[in-house]
Amino acid sequence: MKPLEVEDAVVEYRVPGRARVRAVAGVSLDVAAGEVLGLVGESGCGKSSLGRAIVGLNPLDSGRILIDGRPLAPLGRRARPVADRAVQMVFQDPYSSLNPRRRVGRQIRDAITGGNGSARVGELLESVGLPASSASRFPHQFSGGQRQRIAIARALASEPRVIVADEPVSALDASTRLHVAGLLSETATSRGVALLMISHDLSGLRVIAHRIAVMYFGRIVELGPTDAVWSDPRHPYTRTLIGAIPRLGRDAQMPAEPGRRETVAVSDEDARLVECAPGHFVAAEALVAS
Amino acid sequence: MSLLEIRDLRLALGGRNLVDGVDITVGKGEVVGLAGESGSGKTLTALTALGFVPSGATATGEVVFDGRDVLTLRGRDLRALRGDRVAVVFQDPMTALHPMLTIERQLTEHQRVHRSLSRSQARERAIELLDRVRIPDPHLAIKSYPHRFSGGMRQRIAIASALACEPELLIADEVTTALDVTVQAGILRLLDSLRTELDMAMLFITHDLAVMNVTTDRLYVMRAGRVVESGRTRDVLADPQHEYTRSLVDALPDTEVTA
Repeated sequence: MKPLEVEDAVVEYRVPGRARVRAVAGVSLDVAAGEVLGLVGESGCGKSSLGRAIVGLNPLDSGRILIDGRPLAPLGRRARPVADRAVQMVFQDPYSSLNPRRRVGRQIRDAITGGNGSARVGELLESVGLPASSASRFPHQFSGGQRQRIAIARALASEPRVIVADEPVSALDASTRLHVAGLLSETATSRGVALLMISHDLSGLRVIAHRIAVMYFGRIVELGPTDAVWSDPRHPYTRTLIGAIPRLGRDAQMPAEPGRRETVAVSDEDARLVECAPGHFVAAEALVAS
Repeated sequence: MSLLEIRDLRLALGGRNLVDGVDITVGKGEVVGLAGESGSGKTLTALTALGFVPSGATATGEVVFDGRDVLTLRGRDLRALRGDRVAVVFQDPMTALHPMLTIERQLTEHQRVHRSLSRSQARERAIELLDRVRIPDPHLAIKSYPHRFSGGMRQRIAIASALACEPELLIADEVTTALDVTVQAGILRLLDSLRTELDMAMLFITHDLAVMNVTTDRLYVMRAGRVVESGRTRDVLADPQHEYTRSLVDALPDTEVTA
């Protein structure tokens, strides 16, 4: 049993008078304790819908989310059951995910159960590389990267089993991205937390994720160990994504422009993931095509 | 002679030098990059080429565009420069386009002012421009409002608008930062081909050094209002001499292409 197991998750959005939109079309994945799974895809591919469903912010239309083997109750009007605090989220924008009018320490302390809160707050801040004295300051007194560290400390405060981080570093300067991403994955790994890191930036995920899942039009089209996906991509869409990344180096080429995106109906048979190498899965359609 | 020559530019606001003695040149048809972290002064520096100085700030030094110091221009002369000879594309295409005006209005107004085109001539050209930036069905697109388009498409429309009067210098301020990598690749290729077609110079601002590497001929690395390193882009990024540039390069995930 792994801390996070997603079984055949489906998320649909309904707009009156229009066809329903299937944002997540049957996704299954799992993340082990101390593992970082990178979920990559373009805007609109359903990666955020999936992330929000995992923490209970979106209801599932079918399928199950299991946290330590226990189904998660979607967030409702009532206070969340204590057991569901085992899953936490880090949002993209640290400017809006922290309350500007409350001191940082108070916001972290909210998530700590039991006494001895202030000592824990200090420990948590130090674990993300900030001085314990930061607790008495307000969010606007910190830079973007520091604020995202505070958000990470707050996510860690309830001693979660699972953290979902949705584009946690894309709002930051390129020079601080890798640092904050590394901090998040190291703290999660060392505490045995399962970390699902959602991003559109495969080159950034590659450095910190153990495994990569590539999402396209609501489905996982490729899933495997990071090195295998990066150096031996099997699905044409994964190749397109990698080809579009601008590179450093004297011989770097202008990145390739992908063809127009089109919604294609894929049969269940073609969408099925097939193991092409140990632990490396790809949608069956890619094997037929190549 | 250079198209744009910034000499010893200083911008002071409230006793602080936001830009502190910057020298930058852009040749005709050359693509020059400005790199640096947020707050380093790269956007402030670039926008002086349009005569934009933040309110309350004092600018000293010279910003010479085609032989005239932009900082001394006023009223009519500035208006003749902006949008016609020097154009700008901003980071966020959601806010750069007016949400309540049709694409047609936003692509024709400046052409009619600067180029004295008639309404139908300007519309004709707007359709041509949309086609050039690869917007599908430009005849229909021109009647729509910005909300009908995706982020990448809006950025293409903003580029079309900037190109309408065939500027000699295009300032591209973090134009792909808000976009997906696949969309970014399309925009970078588009800018590259337009630059060759129109022989247009570009001042390309980004904090993404990999993007910088594939798009620009030369670059300036800025930190706290000063240029710390400059040179041919690929040389500087392959072998940075200043420790600050090195730290920026080292902070990137390793995607280097080794031949």
